[in-house]
Amino acid sequence: MNGAPSRLRVALVQSKPAKGQYERNLAETGKAFAQLAEWSPDLVVLPEAALTGYFLEGAVYELALPAQTFVQDLARVWREASAQPVDLAAGFFENDGGTYYNSAAYLHVERGGEKIFHLHRKMFLPTYGVFDEERFLSRGRKLGVFETRFGTMSLLICEDAFHAIMPTIAAVKGARIVIIPSASPGRGVEGEGELESIARWRDILRNAAMEHGIYVIYAGLTGFEGGKGMSGSSCVVDPRGRVIVQAPATEVCIVRAELDLREIDLARAGLPLLGDLEAALPDLLLDEDLPLPRAGDNAG
Amino acid sequence: MTLPIFESRPALPAAPQIDAAVATEWLVAFLRDELVERRGIHAAVVGLSGGVDSAVTAFLCARALGAENVHAFRMPYRSSHPTSLSDAQLVVDALKIPCRTIDITAAVDGYLQNEPKADARRRGNVMARMRMVVLFDQSAKLDALPIGTGNKTERLLGYFTWHADDTPPLNPLGDLFKSQVWELARYLGVPQRLVEKAPTADLQADQTDEADLGISYAKADAILSELLLGYSNDELVARGFERDAVALIRRRVDSTHWKRHLATTAMLSSTAINEFYLRPVDY
Repeated sequence: MNGAPSRLRVALVQSKPAKGQYERNLAETGKAFAQLAEWSPDLVVLPEAALTGYFLEGAVYELALPAQTFVQDLARVWREASAQPVDLAAGFFENDGGTYYNSAAYLHVERGGEKIFHLHRKMFLPTYGVFDEERFLSRGRKLGVFETRFGTMSLLICEDAFHAIMPTIAAVKGARIVIIPSASPGRGVEGEGELESIARWRDILRNAAMEHGIYVIYAGLTGFEGGKGMSGSSCVVDPRGRVIVQAPATEVCIVRAELDLREIDLARAGLPLLGDLEAALPDLLLDEDLPLPRAGDNAG
Repeated sequence: MTLPIFESRPALPAAPQIDAAVATEWLVAFLRDELVERRGIHAAVVGLSGGVDSAVTAFLCARALGAENVHAFRMPYRSSHPTSLSDAQLVVDALKIPCRTIDITAAVDGYLQNEPKADARRRGNVMARMRMVVLFDQSAKLDALPIGTGNKTERLLGYFTWHADDTPPLNPLGDLFKSQVWELARYLGVPQRLVEKAPTADLQADQTDEADLGISYAKADAILSELLLGYSNDELVARGFERDAVALIRRRVDSTHWKRHLATTAMLSSTAINEFYLRPVDY
């Protein structure tokens, strides 16, 4: 980490896209970028399906874009808003030559151009109850981490993060910051003070952050889509599991936080669970009782 | 020394709870988003029956859109109970919303006079459908959208007139059990009389919902909320519900799935609408 910045100014754009109106939503994103420019963020994160809306059914085939096109569009609206360099992360529906994914891109934008640092394709496609992603989309096959000037990061999309093994693997692979673009239809009014789904998300994010000593950056879509209300609640959780900022559920807004990246090392020193896991992981994964493919499985 | 014992206890069957403040915030956001932002419509039309569902709906609409943008309609038939009108008026007075009374007797009787053998069920359905004719037409006149008032309990039990009560394009209460609607009503300040009175469709003299259904809402809601989680009748009985009540609820739910769908369309192609050609309602 020598020479790396010790602080990261991150902004989350909690957006409410007009369903299927990509250009209009891109323009709205440009307005949010313009509002953010003065603050000079290092990183701006948008939710899952940020420029189309989430529940698209068959219309996903009309709206999915090649990653390069999406990245160019996003970079262009940033450059129209600011001359400063920035990193952007955002979710979108990807058309990869006729195979469709729920994806998120992390890119660096400068005046002269932009560069994709990482493309994550959602691995856990919810296809139950209100969800039907795998009816329309293909599953990503790899959880990667990537280097940025702020250290190693990973991208997870919505249900990816519901599976504790995902942030775990990201952290074991070196991620110090996990970014989660999300679109979570809120539900559960029997709890107290907030929707049960919002409380559940916060538990998941806090547990992931605290267990591994990572910053967790969660950008949630807001707004109702055919009666299903996206639950916003974009937030940043520090490596000790504290929610340092959280947006309301139903408001289009910007969330800002300045992360002290040194906190990661200090949190891990105080609670070295990640180091413990790295030591025990081979025993866990080499356990023959685990339903994992082994070398020689295909023999014969 | 005897050690203290801490033991889990199975929860007693009870009607589902609700945090009324959270639900209100969510439903107000729903109404604003769906009406104003997605449709560009700033006014709502609500038929006030004098019951708690339409009262809660009007209260929510007033919060979301402002009282002046909630157009209430009372639509009595000649056999309607007089208290239905006066109870609806309590809502109008509490919210200070514009209200008009349109008597549907002439319209309903204009048709039914040629159908003298129509029984109470048929007559009730004609009244319910006529009320929707009024609400949709008034919506067109007022640049407003009719807002549905049906709750989850009556939807699950099929206790409504198909293509009548369920027709308005937005329904804020449709995922709330009746017991939850009552809690919401108390939180919103719906006049106490409406919260405490026995619910009635008021399509026949001295009719009450609970007499029609053969079960109290509290009991029905408790069973329904568990039944939807996937428990079998035997499991529900084991959880403390009466077998006859469970059977009654199961029978009503299972015989009314069709009422919760649009028409069954014969599929002839691989572009059949809503089968292959799938687009969300807000696309």
